Amino acid sequence: MSAASTAEAPAFVAKTKTGRITDFVDARVGGSGILREFGRKVFPDHWSFMFGEVALYSFVILLLSGTFLTFFFDPSMAETHYAGSYVPLKNVEMSVAYSSSLNISFDIRGGLFMRQVHHWAALLFVASIAVHMLRVFFTGAFRKPREMNWVVGSVLLILAMAAGFTGYSLPDDLLSGNGLRIIDGVIKSIPVVGTYISFFLFGGEFPGTAVIGRLYMLHILLVPALILLMIVLHLFMVVVHKHTQYPGPGRNDGNVVGYPLGPVYAAKAGGFFFIVFGVIALMAAFFTINPIWNYGPYDPSPVSAGTQPDWYIGFVDGALRLMPGVIGDFHFEYVVFGYTLTLNVLLPALVPAGILFTVMFMYPWIEAWVTKDTREHHVLDRPRNAPTRTAIGVAGFVWYCVMWAAAGSDLIATHFHVSLNDVTYWLRALFFIGPVIAFVVAKRVALALQRKDREIALHGRETGRIVRLPHGEFIEVHAPLDEYKRYKLVGFESPAPLPAVPNEHGIVTRKEKRRAFLSKWFFEDRVAPATPAELEAAHGHHGHPAVGSAEENKSLSH
Amino acid sequence: MGNHSDGSPNHSGTVATAGQNEVEKFQDPGLPPHRLRLADTDPKAAKRAERQVAVLFGTSVVGTLIFLVAYFAIDLGEGAGIATIRLQNALLGLGTAFAMLGIGTGIVHWAKALMPDHEVSEERHAIRTEEDRQAAVRIVDDIVEETGIKRRPLIRNTLLGAVALAPLPAIAVFGDLGPRPDKKLAHTMWAPEEGKLKRLTRDPDGTPIKASDVTLGSAFHVIPEGLNELHEGKLNEKAKAVVLLMRLDPASLKPSAGREDWSYNGIVAYSKICTHVGCPVALYEQQTHHLLCPCHQSTFDLTQECKVIFGPASRPLPQLPIAVDNEGYLVATSDFKEPVGPSYWERDEHERSINS
Repeated sequence: MSAASTAEAPAFVAKTKTGRITDFVDARVGGSGILREFGRKVFPDHWSFMFGEVALYSFVILLLSGTFLTFFFDPSMAETHYAGSYVPLKNVEMSVAYSSSLNISFDIRGGLFMRQVHHWAALLFVASIAVHMLRVFFTGAFRKPREMNWVVGSVLLILAMAAGFTGYSLPDDLLSGNGLRIIDGVIKSIPVVGTYISFFLFGGEFPGTAVIGRLYMLHILLVPALILLMIVLHLFMVVVHKHTQYPGPGRNDGNVVGYPLGPVYAAKAGGFFFIVFGVIALMAAFFTINPIWNYGPYDPSPVSAGTQPDWYIGFVDGALRLMPGVIGDFHFEYVVFGYTLTLNVLLPALVPAGILFTVMFMYPWIEAWVTKDTREHHVLDRPRNAPTRTAIGVAGFVWYCVMWAAAGSDLIATHFHVSLNDVTYWLRALFFIGPVIAFVVAKRVALALQRKDREIALHGRETGRIVRLPHGEFIEVHAPLDEYKRYKLVGFESPAPLPAVPNEHGIVTRKEKRRAFLSKWFFEDRVAPATPAELEAAHGHHGHPAVGSAEENKSLSH
Repeated sequence: MGNHSDGSPNHSGTVATAGQNEVEKFQDPGLPPHRLRLADTDPKAAKRAERQVAVLFGTSVVGTLIFLVAYFAIDLGEGAGIATIRLQNALLGLGTAFAMLGIGTGIVHWAKALMPDHEVSEERHAIRTEEDRQAAVRIVDDIVEETGIKRRPLIRNTLLGAVALAPLPAIAVFGDLGPRPDKKLAHTMWAPEEGKLKRLTRDPDGTPIKASDVTLGSAFHVIPEGLNELHEGKLNEKAKAVVLLMRLDPASLKPSAGREDWSYNGIVAYSKICTHVGCPVALYEQQTHHLLCPCHQSTFDLTQECKVIFGPASRPLPQLPIAVDNEGYLVATSDFKEPVGPSYWERDEHERSINS
């Protein structure tokens, strides 16, 4: 039967050579089907969707520049005497790892450029993931069906930080060595197993001769492989879900509005890769990053003031600085049953990061539980239209930033000529009250913006034209919005608090009461979208010439 | 404005139900009408955009040439200073930036100015249909049925047991990643060897220090005698043994019981490794007699036996008992009386065993 059907359909014969090659491949992998499915797939367009792309492209650049570096880097901690061309360190005793990093910088053509590209791309990689996640959070893109992709993204953030940290330590310079020393101190503070983990990681006492090689393996093999795996999962789910879109006329949860993949979207996204690469190259050309030759080889004795970790580790370092070791006569390190518990290190190292990441991972489920919302959401929220979520996000962001700023407390003090102790006291206070203030302010600002939207939707925008009425009153003429612009301002949901309801046994459970309480906390302050009836009423009773002429309408509808 | 903007039902009956009643909502007017760009209507503008794109691609070619010239024309051979390397780095970066930005901006400009900019709408499809779900459930049921795993618990249970135990060797092989800590963290190189007390020597050259060298207000970075001669584990020993040596007015030191003979003429030695997380406490504030850790700003007061007066450390810096030998050189009379550096779980146990 199959023989008969092949005989019936005249086989396609390509005319050109390229065509024949394409046909050869297509007939063996079924490319036509794939192209038919994806060639014109629609992608919504918005500048804030670029951050994820920046992250993806920085990762590609990291792989390219990192591969180059592996050809020349030697992760050995064996001792050697420097014989390269950087004169100030001639004959200085150092590890082979540090020596080979110097050689990459000074004796291999383009090596310094590659190091600079690699480090800048790494900083940008973590930064773009973080900003991308903020975008996703504030627009509610993590809601069903994208909760799992939010989790994959969060794992990617952690992996990116792990990749950054393992790479940062490799050159075995003084600065990164001190970073490792701090990590060692934190590990040793872990109860029961800390000392063992430290000895296992370093292959004995700190610093030992094993850790650089081990970090190198993690940095070039394990962590990138996991990142790659997670990126594949992430993009797979993006394809399954299709992209979210911002609210606006013609956009709803049942459709996706945007440009087709081919040619416009592919061209923009593909072109953007080169732009990201170009910008990183510019940074690498003109801004020195991690000048390891200034720091010297690792030695446990010296340290320079104003040492800073890479930016993404800063918040943990800042938390370590903020924690007081002693309050009054109370020491945060004490002995229980003959063993030392060093809470002044353990708490700041684990608790803030633990809270941030736990809330981050769980937030989609927390919100879904409070709202009892099981629908799919493909249209994003404008942050102002979800005031409580926005306020939670801003509070978390401010909390993070306080810790981050604390990592530079000494630089703040020297820069602004203030007392280091005062900076720390202030930041300690902000650690607790900063998020609260941020929450209240962000929520009020969001509600105010919603009211402004209502105002504009109902009364039009201010034109700046002042008119004197016959009886002498001056008014400013308001121009009504066209229906497309108005829909953007009114087309959102404003959920009301859901009171507790009894379960099937007629009992209002304690959990349900908690949910109802949270629901009230989320939604008791709300601004409902303007309705057509209100618009009608606004036009009726105000009676000013806002409901303007045809001419004004025209000027606005562009 | 307050009378109709807060959505409270007290103010307006219409607001309370907004969003829940379709009649009360604005209807979606659909996609706004498409507006043509200049390049769509004016062939001259289109031609201009075309030329701009070509110029951008041309810039990229220039960038590639800059890179190649910088790569081959700048010599990193003998005598090339850091200025040469900086210049080459800048030119390589500039070349790459032009090459990449030329292509990138060219393509994006092409897409924005010349490719069709009609936004199109596509239906979303259900991620999962109920029909698929039921079919999948049937398939899984069939698979489970065909394996017979439910009917043969013996197979299931032995498999579970085997799989649960199989990773044990993997854990075992990682057990030798490092030696066991034992009491390594409790001791440093300062312990006298065969009755010979170790001299305090300068970091890094290892020359011994005479008590008379240590003038009032001065500070020395100190390593134990013999450290530089170590062939293995030099950094490990140094990471525990580094010491700061300072001389204060003897009257300002108020040694506690048992520490009276740990200093010499106002000269005191303290571990340089911070008791917080182990950074070197490298900053000595001569006027205030404070030691400051530059990593996390723990501050220790020398006149109170390095008690913590600010910052995240919780424990004083350990003091090294010192004296002067018959040639006038400073020596350590014993090892530290407690483990140095960051705290760890077994620390207190080690401290007790040192002092017993």
